[in-house]
Order: sequence, then structure tokens, then C-alpha cells
Amino acid sequence: MPPLLELQDVSARYGQVQALYGVSLAVDEGEIVAVLGANGAGKTTTLRAVSGTVRRDGAIRFAGKPLGRSGPEAVARLGIAHVPEGRGTFSELSVWENLRLGGYTRRESLKDDFVRVLEYFPWLEERRHQQAGTLSGGEQQMLALARAFMQRPRLLLLDEPSLGLAPLLVTEIFRIIKDLNEMTGLTVLVVEQNAHIALQLAKTAYVLEVGRVALSGASSELQEHESVRRSYLGY
Amino acid sequence: MVELARRRPLQAGRLPGSPVGLLIAAGCVFLLVGSLVSTIFAQQTVAGLATGAVYSSLALALVLIYRATEVINFAQGEMAMASVYVAYQLIHWGFSYWEAFFTTLGFALVLGILIQLALIRPVQQKSVIAVVIVTVGLFILIDGVVDWIWGASIKFMPGPFGNKIYHVGAVSIARQDIGTLAVTLGSVALLWVLFQYTKLGLAMRAAALRPASARLVGVRVNSMLALGWGFAAVLGAVAGLMAEPAEFVLQPTLMQPILLYAFAAAVLGGLESPVGAVVGGLAIGVFLNLVGQYVHLITSELRPPFAFAVLLAVLLVKPTGLFGRRRVRKV
Amino acid sequence: MRPRASTVGTAAAAALVLALLPFTLSGYHQALAAQVAVFFVAILGLNVLTGYTGQISIGHGAFMAIGGYTTAVLSRDHHMSLVLTMVVAFAVCFLCGLLVGLPALRLSGVYLALATFALAVSVPQIPLKFSKYLGGSGGVQSAKTVGHLWLYGTSWTVAAILFVLASLILRGRTGRAFRAIRDSEVAATSSGVELSVYKTLAFGVSAAFAGVAGSLFVMGTNGFAQPSEFGILLSLQILVGAAVAGLGSLSGVLAGAAFVGLLPTISSDVPVIGSTHGQDVVFGALVIAVMLLLPTGVAGLVPRLRRLRARA
Repeated sequence: MPPLLELQDVSARYGQVQALYGVSLAVDEGEIVAVLGANGAGKTTTLRAVSGTVRRDGAIRFAGKPLGRSGPEAVARLGIAHVPEGRGTFSELSVWENLRLGGYTRRESLKDDFVRVLEYFPWLEERRHQQAGTLSGGEQQMLALARAFMQRPRLLLLDEPSLGLAPLLVTEIFRIIKDLNEMTGLTVLVVEQNAHIALQLAKTAYVLEVGRVALSGASSELQEHESVRRSYLGY
Repeated sequence: MVELARRRPLQAGRLPGSPVGLLIAAGCVFLLVGSLVSTIFAQQTVAGLATGAVYSSLALALVLIYRATEVINFAQGEMAMASVYVAYQLIHWGFSYWEAFFTTLGFALVLGILIQLALIRPVQQKSVIAVVIVTVGLFILIDGVVDWIWGASIKFMPGPFGNKIYHVGAVSIARQDIGTLAVTLGSVALLWVLFQYTKLGLAMRAAALRPASARLVGVRVNSMLALGWGFAAVLGAVAGLMAEPAEFVLQPTLMQPILLYAFAAAVLGGLESPVGAVVGGLAIGVFLNLVGQYVHLITSELRPPFAFAVLLAVLLVKPTGLFGRRRVRKV
Repeated sequence: MRPRASTVGTAAAAALVLALLPFTLSGYHQALAAQVAVFFVAILGLNVLTGYTGQISIGHGAFMAIGGYTTAVLSRDHHMSLVLTMVVAFAVCFLCGLLVGLPALRLSGVYLALATFALAVSVPQIPLKFSKYLGGSGGVQSAKTVGHLWLYGTSWTVAAILFVLASLILRGRTGRAFRAIRDSEVAATSSGVELSVYKTLAFGVSAAFAGVAGSLFVMGTNGFAQPSEFGILLSLQILVGAAVAGLGSLSGVLAGAAFVGLLPTISSDVPVIGSTHGQDVVFGALVIAVMLLLPTGVAGLVPRLRRLRARA
């Protein structure tokens, strides 16, 4: 079976500044793959290249078909949900409206999805009319996940879900991601600075340095790898 | 399950700051009391509300476009004027008033969309000033085209409401005014329902508020912006058609004073607040009528500068308009 | 920053052309050229304000009105020499600009633009109210009218002087402060730039220039100042001219002034669409076309051309 997502020799630039130099990676269906690296290594840009938010060169294939020059709107319709840096929350709209927007690309009724989402995040029910921008950081992250879930995507792109959150919340969120993956077979590509928890969650990982893939492999192996331990795990 | 921080749920959408809310409440009370005391007051208030509703409609169009694209569309009034001329032509060709009315709204929708696609989209990314200048150029262009097709001589257009006057007690209320209020506020209400309760409306709001995030959930932001211009044009057309609903005197400068007051209304209400635009328009309409009636210093030529003087005064106190949000900038 | 050799050269060439030009033109065309000078000065002023400190104004017609009426009234009532009235107009409008600039500090972006728009609508109405001194709708007639050649010469001399003045202001410390404010007010303040001083100063200077333009304008219309000449359209024309010129740089001002000063008159000769109507259609279409093709104005073209030349 071909991988669900394949990047081959992808390069990307922001104006004159090159951010990615020929990155290649693959994500199998049902897998959780982590992308690690320091600030500025190109992790966010990799996700943006997939969702079409940044212009790139190189080939990207989703479910065997090339993504071409599709912009984010088209990519979302193909079944890829991107939760960006900053969570992409519509702060001025209500919690409920945020969720409805998550299901925008779906044609059928969203009733069942609301039910499922509330199973994972029951607290959303009583907050449905609350302005999304007034939620706490952890709540907004969960809302972002819920919103992505409403899309019923095949592939979830997560950009630094742990950013700015207390450790307890981080554990909670990663548990939910793992649950989603196991229960529904949702494929996840997660970018993280918190290598420790990312490597616990993902089976495979890529380490980016200055826009290139420096290392890749099974998480268990990477966890033991000398430079990974020193640079990203702190011991 | 981790205990999440408890927060008092807030209604989505903004409440005006309390002082403003109080001001408006006080204003309403004043109008009500005045109307009960004096028939002339009441009549001027109702008539003022009707003209104010027209300003509201055009102001709302301006706010719609500003919210979505941060652009002031100087051509909004002229687009409306062109729509009215189209209605005139349709009636001339035998359409009934309401047939012409709705066909014209369709024309306006298409016009707005086409203008956004052809003229605004190419420049939008590059420079805000450039877009504004394009709208100025459009203002001039539309004036020229209308002049060319129909000429500048005055045309007469029948109104839909007739000249009947109703009497409530001692107060005379023109059917036109009621009709104007009904049609304009009705259109505004319909649009509000569209924005708040439909999927399309939600997508348009999302596209205006956070275009990048909207794209990620699959909203075709560019199409939403074009549609926004279309709806704004429709609102403008409604304003134009209701501007003088009886024995319509039509000439190319029709919308220019209305545009001025619409600008004032939009800014007064706070450029990003649709509610503000509507309230602002009504307030200006009523205010100008009452001032014209009771303050003899303000003759008709002084109306625009007076309106603007008041506007400037409000801005000095509340620089982002009555319903505007203060952008906090820490230096 | 010392001026580039090519810039000085271009300026000198332009000056030479302008000096010799009137002798080849008829009186009517000389007057037209003088009108271009009027816009040149006004656009220069607006550029200082909007292009360099980022404060948008759609109200410069108001300052032109003040300047124009200053000239007309001083000439009519005190028989002052026209050149002297220009100096007075400069000073008066500078003060007016400061007065406007102060409350303007509270407003930003679009709100400021619309507030100045309000100004442009309101100021021309003042003579209607105070018709005893300011002539009402009938206007004010200066005591002296001038010939075309004198008009041309004075207009362009004044334009040249003010251009040099503007260059000097924008070159030095003031200019740097202005540019810093335009790029980021927060950053400017952190670097010690007193926002209120410089922003108000910009308004003052900008208004002073517009005032002089107004004086020249009135001189060009037979010394006659009336409210209808100074409507909102004038302010919009100045803004369009500034945008076509390109904000934030002085190189395109001549092109912008020519565009707004000449085109409406030339386009009235367009055959197909008929005379007065054709004017608006063509001019409007051209404004749109120029903005679509050159969103950063003519000044934006200059660095692009330079880059092309460097690459070749």
C-alpha cells in the first residue's frame, strides 16, 4: 500500500528566504508521524507546504494523487485538516460557529459529528455560545482539535499542539490524539518541539535541521540516538 | 478528565460599551417623549427615521466591504445610482415597479461581484491606497457612463407607495415613510438572518474575519469576498431606490449627498460594526431633521458640514466610533 | 544622503525644459501648464503627509480653499501683491495644518481619512455662511488678474522652490523621523521620535503647501475664488495624483500632477463617447487602469527600471 502522504524533494521559500531544501517524508495510513526540530528548522513550513499555504517545489502525493498547485481550500476538501500555529481559531465567533466551520466541507448533516465531538469534549456543550477568543489556551487547543475532527479528515496536520500549555494539559491532549488515532484510524502528522512526548506518541519521526531532514526512523530508535538525546531530549 | 478553568460564558458578538448604550437609550426616550408632546416633533422624527434608514442601508454596504477588505468603497453611492437608473429603464420598458425593483437588485448583485473580481481583486494584495483610488476612478467612470447612456437631464420615476397620509391622532405619517422604513430595514434584517443563520453567511463572516483560517477549513475566501461586494451593492441599490420613493426625481448626483451621510453614519457607528452603521444612519436622519426644524441657524446648505462637525466631535471623544472597538497599542 | 548624480541631472533637465517650454505654447496651454504646477505643489504637500508619515488625508482641498481665499481676500481688501499673499497663505495654512494635526493625533487610518473628508466637505461651505466677508456663492474677486506667461513663470518657480524645500526637509533628520513613523509608530517612539511633534509638523507643512497651491489656483482662475471650485472632487484629484505619483518618494510627482492636471481636459476630446461625458469615462477608466498596472505609482516604476538597467 502506498503511503497516504508522500513528500518528495520538497522545497519552499518565503520571498527571498529559503525555508526547506528538498525534504522527503512519508506517512502511512493510520500512522502517527512526528516532525521534530529546533525553531526555524522548517517544521511549520513542511505542514504549510502540504496544506498549500505556502508555495513550494517538489512533489507531494496524497492517497496516490499529486497535490499540484492546490491552495488550502482545495486541500481541505480532499480530506486534509490543518491545525496551524496559533490554532486557527475564529476568535470573534462562538464555539459552536467554530465547530460548524470545521464541518464546512461536508455536505451531509453534521448532527452525528457534533455528538461524537461532545463525547470527547463534553465541556463544549455548555460553552457553545461563548466567544472562542475568550477560552483559555488549553480550551482553544481542544476546540481546534474538535474543529478539525468535524471535518472527518483522513489526515490531520498538527502544528505544535503543546505550545504554551501546562504539562497536564499537554498529556491530556496527546491522549486524545492517540485515542482518535486508535478509534477512528485517523492519520496524524504532528510537528512538535516537545520531542519527549512526541516520540512517545508517534511510531515514526523525522528530525529537521535548517530545512533538511537530518534523521528519520522509528521513534524507539531515535529515542536512543545520541544526538537526538543531547539536542532534543536533554540528556 | 482535567479540570479546565471556569470562565463566565459570554455571548458571542459585542455589546456596546455601557456609556454608549445609555446614550442610545437616553436618545430613544428623548424621541419618544418629544413625539408625545409635539406633533411636529413626531412627524419630523418619523420622516427622519425614513431618510435615516436610507443612510443606514448605504452605510451598511460600506461597513460590509470595509470589514471584509479594509477598503472604503468611494463608488458605493454611484453603483447604487447606476442601479436606480437601470430600474428606471426597466420601468420605461414596461416592467411594473416591483418587477423592476427585484430585477435591479439582481443587477446590483452581479455588478458588485463583477467589480470585485475584475477591478478589486487584482490590486487588493498590493496596496490599500491603490484599491481606494480604483474606487475613486470607478466613481468617475460610472458618472460618465450614466451620463453617456441617459444624459444628465432630470428623469421622473413613479414610486411604489403613493401619496397617502395616515393620521395617528394628530400626527400625520406618510405612507412613503413607512414603506421606506419597511423595505430598507426589512432588507437589512434579511441580510442579518443570512449572515447569522446560514452556512453561507457563516463562511462569509469567517472569510472576512480570518481569511487564512477560513481557507484551512475549506472556505473559498476569494469567492466570499466577491459575494460580499455583491450583497453590498444590493444594499446600495435598496438605498438608492428608497431614496425618494414618491415621484422620483432622478439625476446623476442623486446619491452623492446620501453617500456623505452614509460615510458619516458608518464612521459614527464604528466602521466595523454593522449594528453601528444602522444605528448611526437612523440617528443622523432623525438628528438632521430635528435640527433643521428647531435650530434655524442650520440652513439646508449647512447640513452636511453640521453633520460632519458632530461626527468629528464624536470621533474626538471616541476615535473608533460609537460601537467600534478600541485597538490597544502599547508603546 | 546626498542626491544621486542622475537625480540632480534629471531635475536640471526638467527645469530647463520647463523654462523653455512656455515660449512654444499658446496662452491657453500656458495656463494649462500652470494648472499642472498647482497640482504639483498640492501633491507634493500630500505626499509629505501621507507618503512619508502615513497619515491619510482626503481633505487637502480644504487647505487649498483657505489658501485661495487668503489670496483673494487680501488682494481685494488690502491690495496686497499676489506673491506676498502666497507667503501669507503659506503661513496661515501652516498654522491651520497644525491645528488640524493636533486632534488628528487621536485618529488613525481610515478614521483620519474620513475625518479629513469631512473637513473637505465642510470648509468650502464656510464662505456661504459668512457671505458678508467671504463673498458667499458669488465668490471673492482679487483686485488684480494676471497674464498667462506671468502665471506660468510664477507657478513653476514656486513649484521648483517648494520642491527643493520638500527635498531638504525630507532628506534630513525630519525626513528620517517621518519615514520611521510611517513604517512603525511603535518602533519610532522606542527610538525616541516624538510622535506628536513630527506628525503635527507634517500636517502643518503639508497644509502650507496645499495653501500655496490654492493661491496659485485662484490666480489661475482669473483671481476668482468661489466655493464650488473647492469641492470634495478637488481633494480626490489630489489624492489620485499622489497615488499615481507614488507615495513615499518625490520622483513621480511631476507625472502625477500631469496626469491629474492634463488628462481631464485632454480626454474631453475623445471622439466616440462625446465631449463632456467622454471626459469622465476616459479619465475614470485611466485612473483604474493606472492603479491596476502601477499600484505603487510612477515612483514605484523608477526602482524597477533601475533594477532592470543594473541587470542589463
